[in-house]
Amino acid sequence: MRLRQGQFSFLPDLTDDDIRAQAQYAIDQGWAVSVEYTDDPHPRNTYWEMWGHPMFDNPDAAAVVFEVNECRKEHGGKYIRVIAFDSTAGWESIRMSFIVNRPADEPGFRVVRQEGEGRIVRYTIESYAVREPEGRRYA
Amino acid sequence: MLDNAKTVTDAKKRYSAGVMKYAQMGYWEPDYTPSDTDIIALFRITPQDGVDEIEAAAAVAGESSTATWTVVWTDRLTACDKYRAKAYRVDPVPNSPGEFFAYIAYDLDLFEPGSIANLTASIIGNVFGFKPLKALRLEDMRLPVAYVKTFQGPATGIVVERERLNAYGRPLLGATVKPKLGLSGRNYGRVVYEALKGGLDFTKDDENINSQPFMHWRDRFLYCMEAVNRASAATGEVKGTYLNITAGTMEEMYARAEFAKSLGSVIIMIDLVIGYTAIQSMAKWARDNDMILHLHRAGHSTYTRQRSHGVSFRVIAKWMRLAGVDHLHAGTVVGKLEGDPATTKGYYDIFREEYNPMALENGVFFDQDWASLNKMMPVASGGIHAGQMHQLLTYLGEDVVLQFGGGTIGHPHGIEAGATANRVALEAMVFARNAGRDIWNEGSDILRDAAQTCTPLKQALETWKDVTFDYASTDAPDFAPTPEVSA
Repeated sequence: MRLRQGQFSFLPDLTDDDIRAQAQYAIDQGWAVSVEYTDDPHPRNTYWEMWGHPMFDNPDAAAVVFEVNECRKEHGGKYIRVIAFDSTAGWESIRMSFIVNRPADEPGFRVVRQEGEGRIVRYTIESYAVREPEGRRYA
Repeated sequence: MLDNAKTVTDAKKRYSAGVMKYAQMGYWEPDYTPSDTDIIALFRITPQDGVDEIEAAAAVAGESSTATWTVVWTDRLTACDKYRAKAYRVDPVPNSPGEFFAYIAYDLDLFEPGSIANLTASIIGNVFGFKPLKALRLEDMRLPVAYVKTFQGPATGIVVERERLNAYGRPLLGATVKPKLGLSGRNYGRVVYEALKGGLDFTKDDENINSQPFMHWRDRFLYCMEAVNRASAATGEVKGTYLNITAGTMEEMYARAEFAKSLGSVIIMIDLVIGYTAIQSMAKWARDNDMILHLHRAGHSTYTRQRSHGVSFRVIAKWMRLAGVDHLHAGTVVGKLEGDPATTKGYYDIFREEYNPMALENGVFFDQDWASLNKMMPVASGGIHAGQMHQLLTYLGEDVVLQFGGGTIGHPHGIEAGATANRVALEAMVFARNAGRDIWNEGSDILRDAAQTCTPLKQALETWKDVTFDYASTDAPDFAPTPEVSA
């Protein structure tokens, strides 16, 4: 499967030039860009690991691409995403989020059903990868 | 002889039994300056032949506040000067002989806090059937901060909805399941599964899908949630389907909402026809139960569409933001349903902005401060397809749900392909815009390039080519954008 989270997961993988262009758009809007990675891509895993702080005062998207590549050196077998934070009153949350790195093999998720009374089914979605402990997922 | 348009101040004359002009009774005050806490309503009035527009405006003020057809002495037991609504300005409508804009101010104490039902009982109550008027339309309202703060507002709001869905930086995508009537629960869930797996964020019940012989509501909910969870596992995304809980009683709606919650649905849906109080009740329930609340504006065109009589949709939009829904249909500009670009922009601003400055060119007559009430997500639905993506993104922006019903399910290679075509078109367009492309002029090229690596998009573009619905609008703004007006 292909993890479809983020703004551009239905497009071909982004090149470094693509990443720079999108990050520069965020910077030009006044948003702080950040790099995060994870080996647990569950759709409700909100908190991916932070690759440093959001880059609050960085005017140049080249620095974002640099950090993405530094992160790849250490976590190239995991998911890496770029996100942009908007601190404007009334928003104060994320404005952009897109995946810039994936594991070579994406095993995906399974649906676990717990059948209850009256035909009710309680659903759980579980990432196949998390059957292995942290650090041993995605080889 | 009394001056017809002048308030009678001599108490003895003012309260002597009999009939008197509304303007003489004090409902016309041309020197009045509305206070910051007044509610202001702007009506388009069309007086009957021979009825003076000032008197007509005063009559509207009177009938929507304290007056009745004759003088009553019991007024004198009250602070009646305060409770009388005051018509304070009447302007001719540009290019519309016989029509006038009447501005009327209401004291805040005329209204119960936090009740749309109470507000509307006054403002659109008896007065709309008033004989001296040929027609009456409520065009806009200014809701003071003091009043706005008595409402909950949208249960979830755009920001938290995005956080819950883990979906940022692009419009959300949806589709209404078709055919709208007749599918069994099992077959219905198939459409949901295919569409969500193909790349949509949401699917949607139609307004008239409740609990009918061909599909009772529990069946629909159970099969839909199977589809939602399967699609979520197939894509790694949070998915939702608007389960319509509209029913004949509040008790039944609560039961359906609770069942949707127990199955793990992120969103439920109601129809506008359930009424303002039912909407507010469900908004409160949604806030208490972490549920996104979708409102389908079923029925609104019976009173919003004609320019001379009824209630403008921009007013309905304001009431619904107060009432507390998260999603509301607001027009597509380019699709099959009513809405010119300027008027639709006015609606979208009312949904999504913290502050609306007066913008006559968009039909917005007042500055409106929303006092940090959550933002509502507009939904664009009806006759739109992937080939219009550049127009949709330009007109409607990023915080919107684009709903392609026929444009998903009608794809020649199936529902999943239709969904994928829409999602790829959307992502390609957002990507191109962010990268600095001129999407308005280069949109078709951007779509064609994206279709190189996406066969479903290629097929969609070939099927619908440049289908568009280009009819004259029945409800366009009265003011053209000129420097005097827009300044």
